[in-house]
Amino acid sequence: MHENEKKKTQGREVSRRAFIKGMGGGALGAAVSTQLLAKGVSSVQTSAGTVPLFAKKEIALNINGRSHSLVVTASETLLEVLRDRLSLTGSKKICDRGECGGCTVLLEGEPVYACMYLAVRADGKNITTIEGLAIQDRLHPVQKSFIDEDAYQCGFCTPGFIMSSVAFLSKNQNPTPAEIKEALSGNLCRCGNYAHIYKAVQAAAKKIRGGV
Amino acid sequence: MSKREIFDNIEEVGLLYKEETGEIISTIPPAPPADTTEEFKYIGGYTSRIDGKRIATGKAPFAQDIKLKGMLIGKILRSPHAKAEVMGIDLGAAQKLKGVKAAIKLTNGTVNYVGQQVAAVAAVDEKTAEKALALIKVDYNPLPHTVTEEKCQEEGSPQVHSKNPNVTKFRDYKRGDVEAGFKQADIVLERTYSTAVEIHHPTETHGSIAKWEGNRVTVWDSTQAVHSVRNALARVLKIPAGQVIVIKRYMGGGFGSKLGLNEQTVVAALLAKAAQRPVKVFNSRKENALCVGNRPSTVQEMKGGVKKDGTITALSLINYTCGGIGRGDGCDVPFNEMYKCDNCTVENYTLYTNTGASRAMRAPGVTQGTFGNDGFLDELAAAIGMDPLEFRRKNYVTKNLGGTGIPYSSKGLDQCYELGAKAIGWERRNPRPGEGSGKFRRGIGMASQIWWGAGVPGTKADVCVYADGTVEARCGTQDIGCGTRTHMAVVAAETLGLAPEDITVKLGNSDYPYAPISGGSLTVPSVAPAVRDAALKAADWLKQLAADRLKVETDNIVLADKKLFAADDPEKSVTIAQLARQIRRETVFHGERKGLPQGYAYNSFGAHFAEVEVDTETGKIRVIKVVAAHDVGRVINKKTAESQVIGGITQGISATLFEQRILDQNTGTLVNPNLRDYKIATSQDIPEIVPIFVDIIDPRINILGTKGLGEPPRIPVSAAIGNAVYNAIGVPVREIPMTPDKVLAVLKQKEALT
Repeated sequence: MHENEKKKTQGREVSRRAFIKGMGGGALGAAVSTQLLAKGVSSVQTSAGTVPLFAKKEIALNINGRSHSLVVTASETLLEVLRDRLSLTGSKKICDRGECGGCTVLLEGEPVYACMYLAVRADGKNITTIEGLAIQDRLHPVQKSFIDEDAYQCGFCTPGFIMSSVAFLSKNQNPTPAEIKEALSGNLCRCGNYAHIYKAVQAAAKKIRGGV
Repeated sequence: MSKREIFDNIEEVGLLYKEETGEIISTIPPAPPADTTEEFKYIGGYTSRIDGKRIATGKAPFAQDIKLKGMLIGKILRSPHAKAEVMGIDLGAAQKLKGVKAAIKLTNGTVNYVGQQVAAVAAVDEKTAEKALALIKVDYNPLPHTVTEEKCQEEGSPQVHSKNPNVTKFRDYKRGDVEAGFKQADIVLERTYSTAVEIHHPTETHGSIAKWEGNRVTVWDSTQAVHSVRNALARVLKIPAGQVIVIKRYMGGGFGSKLGLNEQTVVAALLAKAAQRPVKVFNSRKENALCVGNRPSTVQEMKGGVKKDGTITALSLINYTCGGIGRGDGCDVPFNEMYKCDNCTVENYTLYTNTGASRAMRAPGVTQGTFGNDGFLDELAAAIGMDPLEFRRKNYVTKNLGGTGIPYSSKGLDQCYELGAKAIGWERRNPRPGEGSGKFRRGIGMASQIWWGAGVPGTKADVCVYADGTVEARCGTQDIGCGTRTHMAVVAAETLGLAPEDITVKLGNSDYPYAPISGGSLTVPSVAPAVRDAALKAADWLKQLAADRLKVETDNIVLADKKLFAADDPEKSVTIAQLARQIRRETVFHGERKGLPQGYAYNSFGAHFAEVEVDTETGKIRVIKVVAAHDVGRVINKKTAESQVIGGITQGISATLFEQRILDQNTGTLVNPNLRDYKIATSQDIPEIVPIFVDIIDPRINILGTKGLGEPPRIPVSAAIGNAVYNAIGVPVREIPMTPDKVLAVLKQKEALT
C-alpha cells in the first residue's frame, strides 16, 4: 500500500486525536464522556460520523496467530496495547503521532501506524507484528535481506521498515527503485541508512520471486 | 594545554591537547608499530552483524522496551517560559491523585528556557502521570528574555547568564601576520557563511529506568557513555561510583546528544528513591526537541587573500555561534588546519540566548566550519579562475596547522581526491560556475574533510576463554548502531583463528573494562586495539598450552581454522576446547589500547564529491550522486563502515536541505517540535552513494593502524553540495539549510547583477 493510500485509509475514519479528545484522553474529555455516560448516552454524532461512547470495552485481537482477549479503555492505542499490555516491544514508539512509521504493524495484511490506531478499532482483527514474521527460526526474506545488506544501524526504526517492506512486497514482487522509495517514504531512519534499505528490499523481492 | 575542545563537556577522555602544535598527548607508552603486511581473513572484510537476527526480529532490547516488576512511569513538568523566577511549586493536588507514588521539585530558582525541568511525578502508568503533571501548580514570575541570535546582541538585551555577557569570546587562534598576508594577495575576498540550529532527534528519545537496592542504584539508559553516566550520576546522588551500575543494551541513536548524564536519568533515580520502586522516565518527541541538545548555529565571517598562482596568503575567521544557554561550537578546525596558509586568525564568540543548551552533534564545529571553509575556498578558486580541485591540491599540506606544525602520521587525502574525482567524473562539471542553461541546472562540487580519530589510550578490553573452550570479548564500550559488537567479534575471531559468530560479545555495562564515550569517532581506534591486545595474549597462552600438549616448539604452533597445529606437521593438532577443558576454569586476558608516539598529528581525512540538479524555477535542489572517499586507516569491517558513510551523507543531505529549529522569536516556544514540521530526509531524498576507502594502514596510531569513522562522513557533505550548487547556478548559497526560498533569492540577486 502506498503511503498516500495509507494516510487516506486512516483519514476516512475518526482521527485518533479527535476521538481521544472526545473519549477521555484529556482531563476535560474524561469529564465530558463520564457525564454523558452517566446520563445514559451511548453515542455522539460528530462530523466524521457516529462515535460510540464507552469507557472500557472488551476486545479480541489475533496477534501473530495467537488470540488475546483484553479490556481496553477507549483511548488506548494499538501500540500501547502491544507494548505495554502484551510486552510485544518490537514495534517502537518514536514520534507517537503518525510521522515516522516506527510502530508499523500489519492489520489484515495492510500496514498501519499502531500509534494512530485505537485498540478498540482492531477488535476482531488479525495483526502481525515484527515478532510474528519469522516462522520458528526461519526468517522472512525481508528480515534475511536486512541482515545481509546491513540495512540498519541503531536498529530502532528497523521493525517498522521491515513491516512496511513486507506489506509492500506482498503486492509488488518486482518493484522499481522509485517504487521502493515511495513505498518506504512513510518510515523515517535517522541514522540514514535508506540506501542499504532499498538494497535489502530489492534483494528480498528477488528472494520472494525465486520462492526462497 | 587544555582538553580537546570537542570533549569539553565530557569526562573520562583523559587526553591533553597541545594547542600550539595540535598534538594529542597521552601519558601511556605507545605500542609497537602496526603490522602493515599481515593478511587477514575477517579484518577489512564484509561481516554481517553478529546480532542482526536479534535486531531484525524485534527482539533487541532497547531501553524503551525495558519493563521491571513494580515499575512506575515518571513524567517531567517543564517551563512554558523562556525565563522566569519560580516563586513556588505546589505538588499537593498531584500527590493526592490516585496512582501517584512520588512527586518532586526540580528547581528552586529561575528557569532559563522553554522546556527546562521544574517538577516530576512517578505514577502507576503514563496517563496518570500526565494527569498529575496537570495538577501541579507553579507560580512563575516571567522575566525579560532573549531568544534569537540577533536580539541577544542588541544593546540593553536581557543578559542570559549573570557572569558572562551575551556575546562572549571563548577561543581564538593566531599564527603569522594576517595583515601582511592580505597585502601580499592579488585578490582579497570577504564572505559570510551561516548554519542553522539542528536538532539530533534520535529515534529513541532520551530516557532511563532506575532501580534502587539499598544504597545501590542500577540504571538502564539510552546512552552513548556508560562510564561517564556512572561517574556523573554517582556525583549528583552523592554515593560512591561503585554503587552505580549503568547498563546500555540497545539504544536508538544519539549522534552526540546522549554523550553525558541526562537530566531524565537523575529524575528517574530521584523518583525511584522517593517511591521505593523502579521508575522509567522517557522523553516525548517534543521534549527531545526542547531540552536534550542541538547543534549550535554559526555565522562565519571570513576573509581570505589569494595570489593568482593559487597561493593562499592569509585567512581570518570570526565565528558567532549560538548554543542557547550552552556554548556554541568553535570553527577553528578546519579553517586553521586544512589548507596551506602561513597567516591565520580565528576568533570564536558564543551568543547566549534563553533557549535549550547545545550538545555535541556529529563533528561539532567542524561540520559547520567545513561548510564555511570549503565553500569559501571555491569562491577563492573562482576568483583566480582556478579549478577548485587543483586549488586544493596546490594547497595540500602534510603537516598540521596549515603546513606549519608537526607531520601527520598518515594522510591519504591525495588518494581520496584522485579516486573521488574519477568516480564522480570531475571533468563533467561546468568549467566555470553556472555555465549551464535551462530550467534544470546540473553542477558538481567537492569538499575536503579532516577530523581526529586516534581513539583513547588506556582503553581496556578483556578476552575470556571459558572452560568449555568458548571465547568472550568484554568491554565497557557501547554499540550505538555502528556495529561495535561485530567489530569486537571480528578482531577477537581473527586473532584466535575463530569465526566472528563464535565470539560472545559483552558491552554496554559500566562494570566492564573502561572504554570511552561512543562519540568523537573514538570507538574503533580505542576498542579494536584493546581487544586485539587481549586476544593476542590469549593466543600466546593457547599456543603455549598446545606446544606442551603436542610436544613441539611454541614458535611452531599455528592458530587457525578453530584449532592449533604444528606448522611442520598439521596432523599434530588440538582444539581450543580440548586445551580449555584441561584448565577447567575460565581464563581472562586483559588488553589495552596503548599510547600514541609523540611528534605526530593523528587525523582522518576524506573528500566528498557531489552532483546536484537545481530547479531554477522552484529553487529546489536534488542531490543526484555523492562519492565519499575516506582515509580512516585500516577499516575493520567494511560492511558496517559503508553503512556509517551512507548514514553520514544522508544526515548531511538532511541538514543541508531541510533541517532547522524554528522558534517563536518573542516567546522562545518551539514552532516545529515534531518530525513533520522539523523536516528530515526521507527515502525520497537519497541519491546514489558511493563509499570508497583508501585503506592506508597508519603505522603508528595503534596496533591495527585504524582510525575512527563516526564523524568523517558527515563533515564535508554540506560544502560538497553547496559547491555543486554553485557550480550549477553560478552563485553560491551561503546558508544552510538551502531551502528553495534561499536558492531563489540568490538567483534573483544574480539576475539583478547581470
